[in-house]
Amino acid sequence: MRVRRAWLGLFPAAGLFVAAALSLPILTVASSVFSPTEGTWAEFVRLVLPRYVRNTLWLLLGVGAGTLLVGVGTAWLVTAYRFPGRRACQALLLLPMAVPAYLVAYTYADLLQYSGPVQSALRAWWGWSRGYPFPEIRSLGGAVFVLTFVLYPYVYLLTRAALLEQSPVVWEVSRTLGYGPWATFLRVGLPVARPGIAAGLSLVGMEVLADFGTVKYFELDTFATGIYLVWFSFGSVTGAAKLAVWLMGFVLAVVAAERLSRGRRRYHRPPGAPREARPRALEGPGAWLAAGACLLPPATGFGIPGLYLGWMAWVGGDPLWGPTFVRLAANTFTLSATAAVAAVLLSALVAYGLRLAPTPLMRLAARVVSLGYAVPGVVVAVGVLVPFGWLDNVVSAYLRRSGLSTGLLFMGTTFTLVYAYLARFLAAALSAVEAGLSRIGPTLEGAARTLGHGPASVLVRVHAPLMRGSVFTAALLVFVDALKELPATLVLRPLNFDTLAVRVYQLASDERLMEASTAGLSIVLVGLLPVLLLDRAVHRSRAEAVRPSSGRPIGRASD
Amino acid sequence: MPARRLLLCFAAVALSLVATLHHPASGQAREVNLYNGRHYDTDEAIYQEFTRRTGIRVNLIQGDADQLIERIRAEGANSPADVLITVDAGRLYRAQQQGICQRVDSPLLTSRIPEHLRDPQGHWFGFTKRLRVIAYARARVSRSQLSTYEDLVNPRWKGKLLVRSSSHVYNQSLVGALIAWHGEAFVARWARGVVANFARPPQGGDLDQLRALAAGEGDVALVNHYYYLRLLNSPNPADRAVAQQVGLFFPNQGPEERGVHVNLSGACVVATSRNRQAAVAFLEFLSSDFAQEVFAKGNFEFPAVRGVANPMAAIAPATLREDTLNAATYAANGGRALQLMVAAGWR
Repeated sequence: MRVRRAWLGLFPAAGLFVAAALSLPILTVASSVFSPTEGTWAEFVRLVLPRYVRNTLWLLLGVGAGTLLVGVGTAWLVTAYRFPGRRACQALLLLPMAVPAYLVAYTYADLLQYSGPVQSALRAWWGWSRGYPFPEIRSLGGAVFVLTFVLYPYVYLLTRAALLEQSPVVWEVSRTLGYGPWATFLRVGLPVARPGIAAGLSLVGMEVLADFGTVKYFELDTFATGIYLVWFSFGSVTGAAKLAVWLMGFVLAVVAAERLSRGRRRYHRPPGAPREARPRALEGPGAWLAAGACLLPPATGFGIPGLYLGWMAWVGGDPLWGPTFVRLAANTFTLSATAAVAAVLLSALVAYGLRLAPTPLMRLAARVVSLGYAVPGVVVAVGVLVPFGWLDNVVSAYLRRSGLSTGLLFMGTTFTLVYAYLARFLAAALSAVEAGLSRIGPTLEGAARTLGHGPASVLVRVHAPLMRGSVFTAALLVFVDALKELPATLVLRPLNFDTLAVRVYQLASDERLMEASTAGLSIVLVGLLPVLLLDRAVHRSRAEAVRPSSGRPIGRASD
Repeated sequence: MPARRLLLCFAAVALSLVATLHHPASGQAREVNLYNGRHYDTDEAIYQEFTRRTGIRVNLIQGDADQLIERIRAEGANSPADVLITVDAGRLYRAQQQGICQRVDSPLLTSRIPEHLRDPQGHWFGFTKRLRVIAYARARVSRSQLSTYEDLVNPRWKGKLLVRSSSHVYNQSLVGALIAWHGEAFVARWARGVVANFARPPQGGDLDQLRALAAGEGDVALVNHYYYLRLLNSPNPADRAVAQQVGLFFPNQGPEERGVHVNLSGACVVATSRNRQAAVAFLEFLSSDFAQEVFAKGNFEFPAVRGVANPMAAIAPATLREDTLNAATYAANGGRALQLMVAAGWR
């Protein structure tokens, strides 16, 4: 019994430790609030900051609304209805996750700019000269367009998981009580899926805030580009850090607001094996409309950019294509996979610790460690550099006194890089795992505990199987994020160690987009495999859950 | 039991993390570690030749120069960095300001590199020249209409001038030089004139400006010279077609004029370098005829060293006047230049 009690305290303690350790970069950046800033910073705030804030808010709103519409709409369609190509759509809708937003931005800017093929063809066809109306792709609208179709899978994925883990009984009850399909969607499906939708949307929001590649390419001034400008052009590190702190404060406020509005509502599903809702079959034009609605988003976020990249790689392509690329792909894959596995384990610790002991301190730690996701990668990278550099030099000085000359132990190793990925992306894994845990009612846990299982045992034997879908989701989110990550990789990686994203950067920074397409396409291909695996896993986890494994026979009222 | 399984799982992950710790052996005599802001595949030939001649191994990390500077600062006294390479004077100046570069007294370097292309105290050296020039649409502009950077505010170019964003250091260095020559009040006016002539809000890189010229979106553009040459020599016919429609003009060439603005790609020996000798040898090798020719052939940059066969001779007049303002001067003005451009509405 004593052992059990010790375990009980151990989980929250370990969770707290993990959250604190991974919050170090954020705290390092935040601490700069107290140092004085150089003069030019004030001028920046006065001159341009209001525009940067305005753009950022519009971008957030636009992409938030867009991903909500596309992500939730498609998730509901493929879960609640049957139509031709439904199973394929379930997988296809995930594909844009494998494409880095900056690559989609490159391709659409290239296609749609004045000197690009689309406008050139229009001019040649109609004999137009300058001054005809054509939407400018390098604009706020263009950025909303690109980010919406790259990021909607986050909302789709988490909403779909929430819908699948919902008890379909509530939908059926809604239908028998006289609600039509729309009312069931809006008044039952959506509210019950709220934690999932909120988790997806908050990930999208944070991705938008942290995005630098797309907005920079579109010359859109946002908070992220402001941080770069203050730092690298005005040369004020503390000024940049202060901007980052404002950004984090904003995120904390929004997250807190969502939690508050959720209030004391809980989203557990009833105990007992869930069973599959029978999707309603659509027929005629409705079916084709549904199929079309589900194919359009992946075609926009994956199909067109993928084809264009493929064409560029075929026509131009990377002169280094060959064995070098195997090494680059292997480096990329190993790093991302390590980060994904570590993120799942660590986020489970934090989420479970939070569930066992939801103290204010624990909650704060979980929110702070999530901030890494909303901060541009380069800010996190510097937040990693400073403490690790300090640690390295202290350790090395200590060891030198005892006669050992080690040089740097941490800096310039893949360990530091994986740590940076975790500090940056833990939020993605954490929100998926938390959403999964929140759907498991406390009664199950209570029952297992009464039967003599400790918290660890409950986690492994009860929670883990029940939230397998969420765990896969968490791993995938971190994997694809790490795959595409550039700024931290660029500055923290070891000597003579490159990844695919770094190769894209090397060529693209030199305006060799044609050549960069090969490495870009490789990122997409490496990311494709786990995305498809995830789809299978989500699909199968549901299929298994449907099997009456609890020994209780399940009636099929609707059969 | 599950608890133990969980622990095992953690141990496995921890072990795999430790296993991934692989270290560049630092501090050994026969190697030199480059923190490199230049990313041209063709430079690889220089590193290989250096290793072949000296036996010194070259280790490399490529990245954004500003961020590499941050990394060197964080790594502190134990930094493995020996040489920092950048593609413009502004970043070298910034590195020097932060105490990252050490003085190098090399008679070879001071005799080979012209005075205006290196730090007066010997903290850093430029190895290639990059000219910021005016490109024009051949179909719509005659060379006689072009003269100087200052004249780009001429109302003749209203709605016709193409240039990239002010946040890019190439523009900051050019405007930094204008500040040195004319003072801030002049430059503030000049920047407003440039903004008034924009064909479109600044966007894209230098290549994008050239493509926009060919497509007819504007008539004149400010670009670095080698982008034009890259298009001209591209294996892609579409690129060559763009170059055919564009001409290059070297501004400020009149008898009383100071000459075309010259930026540089250069390097410094890092203050905490443990392989100082190797690092200095590497810098000296960058000034060798071999390296200078690779720079010129690989990326169409002008060699910094006089007398090296210059494949650029075909596009530049033999009597090309270059602004010999020291790179340290315009680099120091970069921040102020940015402020003036932003204030003028040059995003």
